[in-house]
Amino acid sequence: MMLITVSGPPASGKTAVILKVIETLQTKKINTGVVKLDCLSTHDDILYRKKGIEVKVGLAGNLCPDHYFVVNIEDCLQWGKRKNLDILISESAGLCNRCSPYIKGVFSVCVIDNLMGVNAPKKIGPMLKLADVVVITKGDIVSQAEREVFAFRVRQANPKGIIINVNGITGQGAHELCSLFLENGLGENVESLTGRKLRFSMPAALCSYCLGETKIGEDFQMGNVRKMTFE
Amino acid sequence: MKGQRKIERLTIKQLFREYPYVGDFFTSIGLIVDDYWRILQDYFDNLTDDNLQDIGINRGDLLPQLNLFIDHMEQIRNGSDFEVESITILGGYNKLGEKEDVNITIKRGEIVSIVGPTGSGKSRLLADIEWMAQNDTPTRRQIFLNEKVPDKSKRFSVEYKLVAQLSQNMNFIMDLTVAEFVRMHAESRLVENVDKLVKEIIEQGNSLAGEGFTYDTPVTSLSGGQSRALMVADTAFLSNSPIILIDELENAGIDKKRALDLLVKKEKIVLVATHDPILALMGHRRLVIKDGGISRVVNTTAKEKKNLVLLRKWDAELLKIRESLRKGGIIEEVFWEYNK
Ligand SMILES: Nc1nc2c(ncn2[C@@H]2O[C@H](COP(=O)(O)OP(=O)(O)OP(=O)(O)O)[C@@H](O)[C@H]2O)c(=O)[nH]1
Ligand SMILES: Nc1ncnc2c1ncn2[C@@H]1O[C@H](COP(=O)(O)OP(=O)(O)OP(=O)(O)O)[C@@H](O)[C@H]1O
Ligand SMILES: [Mg+2]
Ligand SMILES: [Mg+2]
Repeated sequence: MMLITVSGPPASGKTAVILKVIETLQTKKINTGVVKLDCLSTHDDILYRKKGIEVKVGLAGNLCPDHYFVVNIEDCLQWGKRKNLDILISESAGLCNRCSPYIKGVFSVCVIDNLMGVNAPKKIGPMLKLADVVVITKGDIVSQAEREVFAFRVRQANPKGIIINVNGITGQGAHELCSLFLENGLGENVESLTGRKLRFSMPAALCSYCLGETKIGEDFQMGNVRKMTFE
Repeated sequence: MKGQRKIERLTIKQLFREYPYVGDFFTSIGLIVDDYWRILQDYFDNLTDDNLQDIGINRGDLLPQLNLFIDHMEQIRNGSDFEVESITILGGYNKLGEKEDVNITIKRGEIVSIVGPTGSGKSRLLADIEWMAQNDTPTRRQIFLNEKVPDKSKRFSVEYKLVAQLSQNMNFIMDLTVAEFVRMHAESRLVENVDKLVKEIIEQGNSLAGEGFTYDTPVTSLSGGQSRALMVADTAFLSNSPIILIDELENAGIDKKRALDLLVKKEKIVLVATHDPILALMGHRRLVIKDGGISRVVNTTAKEKKNLVLLRKWDAELLKIRESLRKGGIIEEVFWEYNK
């Protein structure tokens, strides 16, 4: 089975793009399923099911969704294998713009949209910088010039990845993205993830607030804390 | 070129002098450069692990990333040495599975219009061209550049996009003035003479728009027609894409002929998907799409060109009426004038 991890900021168009890609895959008789990892709730499973797509949802609740991803991705993979999928796509929202649950040797896609503004690519961390493919959506609602500048800034932030524009509503570009997956990834058969490594470590955390502290003040700040400096 | 560049031995000052845009590399990954006399390798070696954690990049990736960054930027700065002289559309199959029996070559400076009912496959044709389809899209068309199979690596090139698209319902989402906006675009193309270009684009944009705008007009307050006028001028001067796709310029309230003339003067290949008879006839040729296939190729005839003159006159009259209405004019009178 092939594994593709898709991440991106909330509402950037991940589901819309995945749905269009799977439409194309279905015409090629490639059996594709999705695991959606989110924080509190999601409606995405309904959208996937409507298209007859096998889907599994995992909710991180009050845990960091990206840590949750790493902890659960192996089980997701095994679930996909039991379902006899040819391709398993994971969809997860990068909430802090910092994490990237990308795994070495696993095809990684970041979905961002033109509406985030041309300065956004600088602000997104490894999720954008380390992606194999950056999908840019919502090009239909901005000007040609903004599209060009946005793609340029994405290129600056991720010199290595392939950048592709996809329209999540009309599906323009989805067919192209699909061939990209098939050319670059299908050979990569992932049997197990145990022992594989993340492309980049997740942010250092574990302060008192991670552990449930709610009171504000020096006395309550413990563990890995960093203070701002003022002159 | 790759690999020969020994940037790691340069001081950061030398690096900035040689590649003026590298500042963007450092800011876009979140690194601060303070000591410009430092050797680059030394600078990378001395970043703390905490520092690297923060910016989210592995130490060993820094130099290769910077080299790749410079590769891409140099490609933009120097432009492509590959010039598109022509594109060729080799027919595939229409939606009914019938062979699309065409072999059309379109040359630089040519305007081709695309007509056909809704859902007939106009957008698909444009997408095939953009993707440089090689029997690998639903239409199974094949696209050649300069009469040869194009290099597949060009498909995803951001530096050298084959196609620029001027779309109908576009907005500006940035809070910038016209001048700032055009400047930002020019800077991302790494062109010289930014000031001169900005001036030229704003002047040309104004000559296409019904109503003028200034350097200081916020782009978000441009009217639909003004936005499109600005984008036509911007695309003509700043886009390096040899092919321009125009989607329904008809409702744009801009001088269509001037707009097309400007693009063609810049040696672009212009494809216009349209329902507007004037735009359709402005093409040197038009492709008629039916059931997902090109069903007919019509060379605009001499008689049609004559009719176009008439159509444009009517169009101008219509514009006058619109103008008059806006100013509170009496439309009866305009018609009366026209009937004389
Ligand atoms: N105009 C336009 N809208 C789009 C495009 N792509 C997605 N959208 C819309 O953007 C909204 C969010 O898209 P989703 O696909 O749900 O986004 P998501 O990234 O999956 O969101 P979460 O899973 O909630 O993080 C939807 O209303 C889509 O219809 C696009 O290319 N153009
Ligand atoms: N030759 C073909 N074979 C199979 N499918 C096709 C073919 N041509 C077009 N299609 C499909 O038909 C659908 C409609 O085509 P398209 O969106 O290009 O129409 P259009 O002419 O642009 O319509 P509109 O005027 O409404 O914009 C698309 O899903 C497209 O992929
Ligand atoms: Mg979603
Ligand atoms: Mg269309």
